Amino acid sequence: MHGLRDGLPIALGYLAVSFSLGIIAAKAGLTAWEGFFSSFFTRASAGEYGTYTLVAANAAYAEVVAMGLVTNLRYMLMSAALSQKIAPGTSWLHRLFMACCITDEVFGISIAHRGYTPPSYTYSAALISTLFWASGCAIGIVAGSLLPPSAVAALSMSLYGMFLAIIIPQAHSDRNVLYVLIASFVLSGLCAVMPVVGQWSSGMRTVLLTVVISAVAAWLKPIKSEKDGEA
Amino acid sequence: MEKHSVIIYILLGIVVTNLIRVLPMVCIKGQIRNRFVRSFLYYVPYVTLAVMTFPDMVLAAPTPIVGTVALLTGIVAAWLRLGLLPVAAICCAVAYLMII
Repeated sequence: MHGLRDGLPIALGYLAVSFSLGIIAAKAGLTAWEGFFSSFFTRASAGEYGTYTLVAANAAYAEVVAMGLVTNLRYMLMSAALSQKIAPGTSWLHRLFMACCITDEVFGISIAHRGYTPPSYTYSAALISTLFWASGCAIGIVAGSLLPPSAVAALSMSLYGMFLAIIIPQAHSDRNVLYVLIASFVLSGLCAVMPVVGQWSSGMRTVLLTVVISAVAAWLKPIKSEKDGEA
Repeated sequence: MEKHSVIIYILLGIVVTNLIRVLPMVCIKGQIRNRFVRSFLYYVPYVTLAVMTFPDMVLAAPTPIVGTVALLTGIVAAWLRLGLLPVAAICCAVAYLMII
């Protein structure tokens, strides 16, 4: 019950964001049913956005796998962190299902739960937010075409706004993240306009820049040994 | 070039995303000790989302000027820690007011 209560505000936020994700999915040619199915089982804003842009570009399947690995790498970190919050003796099946529930927000409230997090808490929060997430995507696919073009164009900004809301606050508290973000913006902008490199697909660019910039940052500015590495 | 199947794209996305979620839970018994790996994993989400936001946000807008203003407004709103939904809403509102 607590999971449902804490999951509802997340669900409402998801509904708005996945609606605009649905507009992108519609451009890529997904049906409402495909959007619902995809969103219900993937539950990853950046990952799904990446997939849909690759579908629109008719990219190679290998690019979808590479894109999925990189855009969702943060879930590895969250999964590792969540593993420490599950009571010893909990069955491995519960551990697997709890891991599958991880999204930025569901992870956030699961990790903030006092003491060990009961599986039912994570499940109920994930269930309600996932239903809203998948419905929003399907509604976006169907209704996106009914909205005036100016509203659709404005809504296309919402996903990027959410990305900014995830990355910028950390730059506020960690100067190294600020430098990393500036480097990312500059290099990404350069890569988009430079000859040869500008011809790369956006998926390729995302994967390569992420690996290179993160590796250089980890080498130059490693996190403090005692500080927890979770995002 | 032949047209790929949407369903296969979707299934690949689902499998990869959930495999990533499940693997650490299965493999990692304790904390990751390697400092470079932990630092790398720490920076990855920020770099990925930054690279996906710029220049895409500017290019996805009806005009680059609308996109740039929405981007700058979003950065300020996020810097003030307004939260996920408010920041997204502000970006949309600014873009909408500039279009109409």
